[in-house]
Amino acid sequence: MSEMTIHLKIWRQARGETKDSQKSQGRFVDYTVEKVLPEMSFLETLDLLNEKLTRQGQQPVEFDSDCREGICGTCGLVIKGTAHGPNPKTTTCEVRMRHFRDGETITVEPFRAGPFPILKDLVVDRTAFDRIQQQGGFVTANVGSAPDSNAVPIPKLDADKAMDAASCIGCGACVAACPNASASLFVGAKISQLSYLPQGGPERGRRALLMIGQMDREGFGDCSNHGECEAVCPKEISIENIARMRREFFKGALGGHDRKAATGD
Amino acid sequence: MSTFRSHVWSSVGKKMITGSTGLMLVGFVAVHLLGNLTLFIPDRGHAFNAYAYFLEHAVHGWLILAFEAGLLAVFGFHIVSAVTVAWTDKRKARPVGYALVRNAGGKSRKGLPSTSMIVTGLSLAVFVILHVKMFKFTDHPAVVHDGKEMKDLYAVVVAAFKQPLIAGAYVAVMGMLGFHLRHGFWSAFQSLGWNNDRAIVVLENLARVVAVLFAVGFLALPLYILFFVDPSVSGGHR
Repeated sequence: MSEMTIHLKIWRQARGETKDSQKSQGRFVDYTVEKVLPEMSFLETLDLLNEKLTRQGQQPVEFDSDCREGICGTCGLVIKGTAHGPNPKTTTCEVRMRHFRDGETITVEPFRAGPFPILKDLVVDRTAFDRIQQQGGFVTANVGSAPDSNAVPIPKLDADKAMDAASCIGCGACVAACPNASASLFVGAKISQLSYLPQGGPERGRRALLMIGQMDREGFGDCSNHGECEAVCPKEISIENIARMRREFFKGALGGHDRKAATGD
Repeated sequence: MSTFRSHVWSSVGKKMITGSTGLMLVGFVAVHLLGNLTLFIPDRGHAFNAYAYFLEHAVHGWLILAFEAGLLAVFGFHIVSAVTVAWTDKRKARPVGYALVRNAGGKSRKGLPSTSMIVTGLSLAVFVILHVKMFKFTDHPAVVHDGKEMKDLYAVVVAAFKQPLIAGAYVAVMGMLGFHLRHGFWSAFQSLGWNNDRAIVVLENLARVVAVLFAVGFLALPLYILFFVDPSVSGGHR
């Protein structure tokens, strides 16, 4: 295997630099990594760089990763101007070095959005997503023994659509890629998923109102229907979920029986 | 905390306002375009002036007033909500931008029409003001058709479009209208929630058709007048 030399232009930012002021103090630092193999993953190349930096007594580049097989949603970088790198349907950890040329300079940035403050270098705080989920991304049910499978009949198409929406891993690439830094694809997927299923029915209205309310309070932008989110989504979540989210919101705002619970009035 | 107003001015509500008012404006522009077609009739502006006369005098002049007031409100809501979405909220949501941005391609609908909505939209707003000033709030010569004295709007239009600079500017602005509709038309349906994976194919193609039809329909007129109408027989100051 031919070894590659890769030049990296990486965003470095010390901890706590943007906590208060939104103005960034970070900067790009150029690094060169030698002996990169084409079959290596992009994150392994960063690992290689970090080993070198550690040996030299320098601070390693911090980035998030966990499963490294594209299912957990922890990793997330903007590589060469695209969230999760240049290939569609992949997470950052699935990007391989064979997609780059020997001697290429690759720009690496964190997911940028006001509600995703940078913790350090390439690590961003995505707990805004958790707070949105806590507002209604669940079904309130008494716990008991598990129900029999197929006890509740669900049409095949609805089950498929719910599953498609449920495949969202909450990585935040939709926000990163959106020109407006909107979280609509994430919230759309979470709201749609439950709206297709009978179990999600009773809380539909309040779920849409509360989750969208939280999304707005977190400071995400408004969706302008660019559809860039769908293109970078590693799970190919369709923007039809955003349309569905808007229908759910409209019905909820007009006031179903569950509106009172949401608003307290 | 959760009031009607907070729903209307939520991220979803703002898009619904932009989308619904956008579709109303498409309806208005369609009627405007149909009315303009009377200019292509080689009758020295008879049909066009009669149409303008009808609009100004229908229901004792109340019809046009009601429509103008409605249009003003629709334009107002459309502009305020859209500028909030594509300018103020957008800047707040990403205070630090990317050093490098590349379009992802594939299923993305991001392109020049979608990213230039704010530019084409604000240009069109400025255009509408100038356009109304140019043709409505100006001195119209009088003309007599069928024994009725009416404004000779036709003469004003021909005099304007005989100037290559004005005709050229109109062609450019109508190109912008096409761009605006290419994204705005299907996007309005998406914003109102009237979309899914199958409908989007139809809506996007429809947006292409509407964009070309409206842009060509409107820019053909100044070009037609510039090149094919003889000003010496226009007007009708007989």
